[in-house]
Formats: sequence, C-alpha cells, structure tokens
Amino acid sequence: MRVAVPVFPGSNCDHDALHACGTVMGWDTIPVWHQETRLPENTELVIIPGGFSYGDYLRCGAIAALSPIMADVKRHADNGGLVLGVCNGFQILCEAQLLPGALLRNESLRFIHADVHLRVERADLPFTRAMKAGDVFRVPIAHAEGNFTLQPEELADLEARGGVAFRYCSAAGEIGEAHVPNGAVNGIAGITNLKGNVLGMMPHPERAVDPKLGPTGGLGIFRSLAEAFARA
Amino acid sequence: MKVRVSVQLKPGILDPQGKAVEQGLHGFGFEVDHVRIGRLIEMDVPGTDLADVKAKAQAMCDKLLVNPVMEKASIEVL
Repeated sequence: MRVAVPVFPGSNCDHDALHACGTVMGWDTIPVWHQETRLPENTELVIIPGGFSYGDYLRCGAIAALSPIMADVKRHADNGGLVLGVCNGFQILCEAQLLPGALLRNESLRFIHADVHLRVERADLPFTRAMKAGDVFRVPIAHAEGNFTLQPEELADLEARGGVAFRYCSAAGEIGEAHVPNGAVNGIAGITNLKGNVLGMMPHPERAVDPKLGPTGGLGIFRSLAEAFARA
Repeated sequence: MKVRVSVQLKPGILDPQGKAVEQGLHGFGFEVDHVRIGRLIEMDVPGTDLADVKAKAQAMCDKLLVNPVMEKASIEVL
C-alpha cells in the first residue's frame, strides 16, 4: 500500500502521519512537498496532515488548498482514490471543496487539546470498515477552529445522505451538546463525500496508534484502510 | 484603483469572537448589541473602469477571499 503525505509550510502532523503509516502500519509512505505537481506513481491513499499550513492566513487551509499538489489530490479523489484529511487537513479539504462545510473558531474561542470519544456513524467506508456502527473510540483533538458548520439545507442533505462519519460522544457513546468540545453542529467530528472515498475529521487518529506512545484508539481507522487495501 | 473588500460572517453563523468583544464592551458599560467581527482587505487593482475593477474584485472574492459557506463580502472601489 502506497501512501502520500503532502507537506505544506506550517504542517506539523506530517511526521505523525508518516510514523503511523510507515512505522506502525509498515506501508510505503512518502512525504510530498506541496510544490510538487504529481503524487507518487500508484499512490493509493493521500493523508492531508494537520498543522497550521501558511500560518492559517486568510482562513485555515485556504492557501494550502491552492497549492500545486492539491490539483493532483483532486484528480486522485475524482478517480476514486482515498483521501484522509486530519485537523488542518480537514480544513484544507473543505477549502478545496472536496468536502462540504467549513470549520469555524471553537465556540469557546480557545485552542482545545484533549482526548475525546467518537461514535462511528458509518462503518461501510474504507476508513471505517474494521469498525461497527455505534462503536466508540478515543482519540485526541488539538485545534482552535474545529467548529464544523454548514448552511441548514446542506446540513440536512449531509445528514440525509449519511455523510457524517463520526460524532463526538460520551465514553458510553451518548450523543449530546455536553460532549461536543468545539460547538460543531450536530456534534459532527468527521464527514465523508458522496462517494465515500474522501474523509475529513478534526480529531487525530494518527496520534493514537503506537502503544509505545500511549493509547491506540486511532488504530481502527488504519486497520480499516489495511482491510480495504487487502481487498482491492 | 484602490479596492476595499469587507468580509463578514453570514447572518446566522455564530461569531464567538464578536460575542467576546460584545461582553468586553458591556464590561465597560457600553450598550451594544450584535457585535460581529469581520476582515477588511485593501488592494490596488490596475484599471480605470469602475465596473471592470469591481468585476475583478468579485472574481477574487469567488476564487479566494471569501468562503461562501460562512462569509459574504461587500466591495467598495475608492
């Protein structure tokens, strides 16, 4: 399995993604500078990493979305290739219009660094197929702009088509405002596109995969991807 | 021509920053309501035709300056 991790000026979770995919999962994982115009040959998965690309200037992810490599990421996604955007990567995918919606400043106005619980809403995706709908897993968040928003009609569409992949929840899997750390509408933590090959999420599964470093709540997503590729 | 683009959050989009500033103003005893924080972008755009410069600024808004999910813009040619 070949993974490409685009690196923007200001990315800082690129090494987490490289460690998770390369060291922990043992995949052929290649960092790709944002000025490149082509992803490596036979790239199967692109991970858009977290960080503060371009210093969050203008809007989080807005400038990175215009980077040369993003045109090829769009082509990859249009051809059905897998794309996972984490944190700033999710913001970039929204700005690149690969995913609907936008990420606003957290309701509290604060940067939040905490472990959160997520409930799996879609277990049929290449990113979630090793999990079950309703499963709860624990992963960290670290963001100031994770307050997902969408116009009411589009939100209704997103919910109706099952575009929500993960919602913030309690340890027991209960949904409710009390468990939403950032004010995200409907407690949305991660969404997918129509085809289900592009997924964006604010929490960091790639930071929770190595038992040497701590809890491994994010492994479900990487095991799912491994299964998806074993099948392909 | 000097162009000023004012970018505002759409009505209905929560503006926690505006809320915080509003509370700060209340703290000083000012009676204010509906404080919203936006962004002001100024630039020089070549050209002398008002409509043409305005159209260019609109294209810039559509391409980059504004995220239509959450923002709206007003364009002023000075």
